[in-house]
Amino acid sequence: MMMRKIQLPFTQTQKVRYERAIERLQSLSSTVNSDASVIVTDTIPVNHEDAFLKGHGTSEVDGELLATVCGVVERVDKLVYVRTLRARYKPEVGDIVVGRVIEVAQKRWRVELNFTQDGVLMLSSMNMPDGSQRRRTSVDELNMRNIFVEHDVVCAEVRSIQHDGSLQLHARSQKYGKLEKGQLLKVDPYLVKRSKHHFHYIESLGIDLIIGCNGFIWVGEHVEVRDPVMMIDGQKDDEMISSSSSTKEQSHTPLETRQNICRIGNAIRVLSNLGFTVTVQVITETVNLSNSKNVDIHEMLCSEFHVLVAENEAERRREKRKK
Amino acid sequence: MEYVNPEGLRLDGRRFNEMRQIVAEVGVVSRADGSAVFEMGNTKVIAAVYGPREIQNKSQQKNGHALVMCEYSMAHFSTGDRRRQKNDRRSTELSLVIRQTMEACILTEVLPHSQIDIFLQVLQADGGTRSACINAATLALADAGIPMRDLAVSCSAGYLNSTPLLDLNYVEDSAGGADVTVGILPKLDKVTLLQMDAKLPMETFETVFALASEGCKAIAERVREVLQENTKQLEYRRAA
Repeated sequence: MMMRKIQLPFTQTQKVRYERAIERLQSLSSTVNSDASVIVTDTIPVNHEDAFLKGHGTSEVDGELLATVCGVVERVDKLVYVRTLRARYKPEVGDIVVGRVIEVAQKRWRVELNFTQDGVLMLSSMNMPDGSQRRRTSVDELNMRNIFVEHDVVCAEVRSIQHDGSLQLHARSQKYGKLEKGQLLKVDPYLVKRSKHHFHYIESLGIDLIIGCNGFIWVGEHVEVRDPVMMIDGQKDDEMISSSSSTKEQSHTPLETRQNICRIGNAIRVLSNLGFTVTVQVITETVNLSNSKNVDIHEMLCSEFHVLVAENEAERRREKRKK
Repeated sequence: MEYVNPEGLRLDGRRFNEMRQIVAEVGVVSRADGSAVFEMGNTKVIAAVYGPREIQNKSQQKNGHALVMCEYSMAHFSTGDRRRQKNDRRSTELSLVIRQTMEACILTEVLPHSQIDIFLQVLQADGGTRSACINAATLALADAGIPMRDLAVSCSAGYLNSTPLLDLNYVEDSAGGADVTVGILPKLDKVTLLQMDAKLPMETFETVFALASEGCKAIAERVREVLQENTKQLEYRRAA
């Protein structure tokens, strides 16, 4: 993943400020849930008289419930499980993920998702580029490279998880598919929270932001989602021709947009370095902070900005607590 | 040569049951899923864990179990006299030993169709690299969030000048006495590794073994502290 330990050249004052901010974060969180964090072979306290279900990251040895991973104990009704912090992505059906195509195989693409295995995107679970609904023929299979080739970044949804652990994806909507003109950032999956919205359009900057549940984040130029089903067949051909001719013109991304992409990208890098949860709200706040403090894009990865973000985060959580 | 002086002090000033200073840190390799540095005195080992990930060589796939791979290597600059060969027999043997030890504590059955790679590099060698490697690998695996039965820890002990000695350094190791490397699972109270490269009478062996096990338990304490601290840090930073 990305840089983990803070290995920045702090000056003395920066170090003090940074440590104070981190201390404040610690004091804020310690009151929320105390001592729920466990490491491997810690005993998880359970009431043995009540029935309980042992979930992920636990095992029962000699009547004791032990943790098998480092993380935080979560209890949902009778279920007791350990939520891991630093681990690979754990998929759930319906998750929106961003991945990279690593192989074009028979009727399928293999996609790298930071999961224990490669994700599988079947040709049949893709919408055709022209939007038509029909059975996939062998011709379609031969033309698979027209849709995605190796190293393309794609966005898809988790369709199912097979009992052998393999992961099936599908991309049955215009919002899924190939991602172009932007940056892919990799953060630890535990920093991403599942929410209703994973696609974001930051209007003020003209940027699309896709926060994949697997910790892959896409920052790219905004593209209008066109729904081809809405188009009448007669218009479709014209549209196809015009779009193919206009792709050349559109392939140029203005400098300002590129700078915005880099700025957001660096904001995410800083948050990931500090180990803070990555949400749109926090990202935009970090971007605004960098703008208001007149921090250049390349300066965002310096120690001073890390300290600023840490202080800002401490302040934000304190405010939130007050409410 | 006198390895223990009449006051009961060893060459580097330790007592017979004293360990060298331990420094451990997790999360040192940015690209790896889990990583750790483990230092015991002047012995320093860096471990990086990749995975669980897609199996690269399909023919090695085992049914219903994760594949554990281990590669041990010694940096050329890790010893006083520069060594050149890479895949020598010692490294191959050590890779195998470490792989078997780690395989015993990883819950491979919950990670089918996947592969876990452990890379170990000795940065400084001053005796006890075997133990240091196992301890570093344990930390790195825990950091990678890989489910384990227990934290395997290891420590060595020897027998010189009719005294059992804990945690031998290079000089003591090359003295020609017995070198017993013990790996245990402290919670389950099981031995996963036991190696000895000389002969010892049964009674002596038992005292040496007991000493090494004590050392393992002390290391386990330290390893747990490091992991606890790291887990807490990650959690309160994340909490939003």
